[in-house]
Amino acid sequence: MPELKTTANGTKGAAGGARGAVALWSVLIPALNAAGHTGIFLFLRDTELNPVLYAIVAILWGVVGVYALYASLNWVVEQYSETWKRRIQPYLFVGPAFALLTWLLLIPTIRTVIMSLQDATSSKFVGLANYAAVFTNRLLLTALRNNLLWVLFGASACIVLGLLIAVLADRSSFERLAKAIVFMPMAISFVAAGVIWKFIYYYQPGDEQVGLLNAIVVSLGGEPQAWTSMTQPWNNLFLIVILIWMQTGFAMVIFSAALKAVPEDMLEAARVDGAGEIRIFFKIIVPFISATILSVTTTIIVFTLKIFDVVMVMTGGQYDTEVVATQFYRQFFMYRNFGYGSTLAIALLIAVIPVIWFNLRQLRKQGGFA
Amino acid sequence: MRKSKGRDGRRRGRKGSKTVVNLVLGIICLLWLIPTLGLFVSSFRPATEILKTGWWTVLPHREYVAKEQLQLSKDTDLRQPIEVNGTTYTDEQLREGVKTEDGTELIWENRRARTIDVRELGWRMSTEFTLDNYAGVLTGKEYDIPKPDGTVSKEKGSNLNQAFLNTLTVAIPSTIIPILIATFAAYAFAWMKFPLRKTLFVIVIMLLVVPLQVALIPILKDYTSLGLNGTFLGVWIAHAGFGLPLATYFMYSYISQLPKDLFESAFMDGASNFTIFTKLILPLAVPSIASISIFQFLWVWNDYLVSLVFIGSQPDVQVLSMRIANLVGSRGNDWHLLTASAFVSMLMPLAVFFGLQRYFVRGLLGGSVKG
Repeated sequence: MPELKTTANGTKGAAGGARGAVALWSVLIPALNAAGHTGIFLFLRDTELNPVLYAIVAILWGVVGVYALYASLNWVVEQYSETWKRRIQPYLFVGPAFALLTWLLLIPTIRTVIMSLQDATSSKFVGLANYAAVFTNRLLLTALRNNLLWVLFGASACIVLGLLIAVLADRSSFERLAKAIVFMPMAISFVAAGVIWKFIYYYQPGDEQVGLLNAIVVSLGGEPQAWTSMTQPWNNLFLIVILIWMQTGFAMVIFSAALKAVPEDMLEAARVDGAGEIRIFFKIIVPFISATILSVTTTIIVFTLKIFDVVMVMTGGQYDTEVVATQFYRQFFMYRNFGYGSTLAIALLIAVIPVIWFNLRQLRKQGGFA
Repeated sequence: MRKSKGRDGRRRGRKGSKTVVNLVLGIICLLWLIPTLGLFVSSFRPATEILKTGWWTVLPHREYVAKEQLQLSKDTDLRQPIEVNGTTYTDEQLREGVKTEDGTELIWENRRARTIDVRELGWRMSTEFTLDNYAGVLTGKEYDIPKPDGTVSKEKGSNLNQAFLNTLTVAIPSTIIPILIATFAAYAFAWMKFPLRKTLFVIVIMLLVVPLQVALIPILKDYTSLGLNGTFLGVWIAHAGFGLPLATYFMYSYISQLPKDLFESAFMDGASNFTIFTKLILPLAVPSIASISIFQFLWVWNDYLVSLVFIGSQPDVQVLSMRIANLVGSRGNDWHLLTASAFVSMLMPLAVFFGLQRYFVRGLLGGSVKG
């Protein structure tokens, strides 16, 4: 809103920073913002436009609108006295993020915590009975065990492979190509990935196999297997492979960016001192990118704990492949047992506490929260 | 790339290790590529072939192919050993195919008519390719619609253009809004002092792990009362909310690591927080912003659940993933269409990745701090 700013500056000059003007602006600017955005929203909601035009207007509004919101509100805060500016400005920066999070995630989560202490229909409190059930009910326990498998095998493989590939790619002669290939599965939707891996795990009796894995097994003289439903709980590993295939690209791209920031002279100096590449990797590179390793590990563990689509697409949770998120979905939307469903969701929150603790400790070490 | 030249020249014996690196990486890349390759090849194969033979049969391979046919006498007793060319076989053997001494294979061609195929091992390559799958996806699936007078007319479903446009309209703001908001918040968490800072940050990290299914029903209720259901604004807000914890955490871990002197010198010059943020932090954080943008974009682009819940499945607002799910059909037997549409849907994310890949370059931060 540029025209707004020029008038504002004019006023400021005339009134000489009068408190009245500041107070006026601090009411007017938020009000103008609210009115403007509501207006555009109603316009977009109720007007029939050419689809292309609609898309462009919508994109412009979504992008420019948010920036204008920050810029105009910040302009108001800048008019305040130094003390008040310092007090209010941080909340201006954090505020929109926190407001959105509170509405969309925090309140639903608190509601879930309350529901986890209530019975199946959320009509009366049952204390910790649901939590006891989580550790005795076979279905719920299986979901927890599988999630543990996912984190143990899936997350660690993603991180180790991602780092390995990033380091290798950095030294190879086809870095861009290799990174693109490993990253590519990230661009594939879960529905498509499900189809891809069905071509690999596909099972039919007999010698003619359409699934790649069974074709290999048969050509080596073995019996074809129904990979995703056979020997439980190891069928979970075949699903975890899909996650590894899809998510290693994430770790790889981030690690690769971090590796590029390792100062060249540091590596050069170590090489001059005669350090081997493996020693350099563990003594220089790993410590240098330790913060990145932590954040990637956190992200991937969190992602793995929430895993949903892969299981839903591949087995629908049958054959003991249920994980917490799918079991939550089942309890909540199919069995209508809000108590069990909520408790499982909260179990995820509890499971992530060690990860958070570790993050905070790291932050304190960096002096972030001194 | 520029980095490798000087480094390699100075160190002898690195040629050999580079070959090993290339080899290992090559094998990993091959393993990574095979699943997608399977899909890619399958997307060009006729629908009937996809589930009959493996996609790798397009490569030269050896398989048994019928060379000639033998006609046994019609009254051959199948319960007795059957004599073919001087050797006797059981009915069981002939049903599964039996190898003869000269390397051919005998198998019933038609058991009732008593004809036997003599098959020979030879190099074969399945060369049946078609563009029909892509044509079907791009121009819409054909539906048979029975008319009241008994005839059947073919009607085409809508094509992908509208869905593509809708997905862009959903995905671009849903990527930029949360990342802009998150970067503001990350800056405040990292470099501004205020009460409750730590508490708020812990809450953000805790929210990382909340499965979004938890939030769907409460948000849907709010949206209904606000009239946001079925609007793009509603989807943007939802995607922004679900993407915010990760984006904030991610941007924080980058911004908090910027050198302290950078801010001190800027404050000395009398710059305000907002100026520092827009003039200094945003440009410096470009590589980070690029990476997190890619991930948010991919997530939104491939999302199915959020769009389904908040904008529904009407053709005018439908996104790509929903179209693809519809193509699969309720019986899930349109695999040939799914293979092709999976590839169409991958084009945009890949373009974004290659477009932003140049931001992941060495020393972008180093240069600006020194200067």
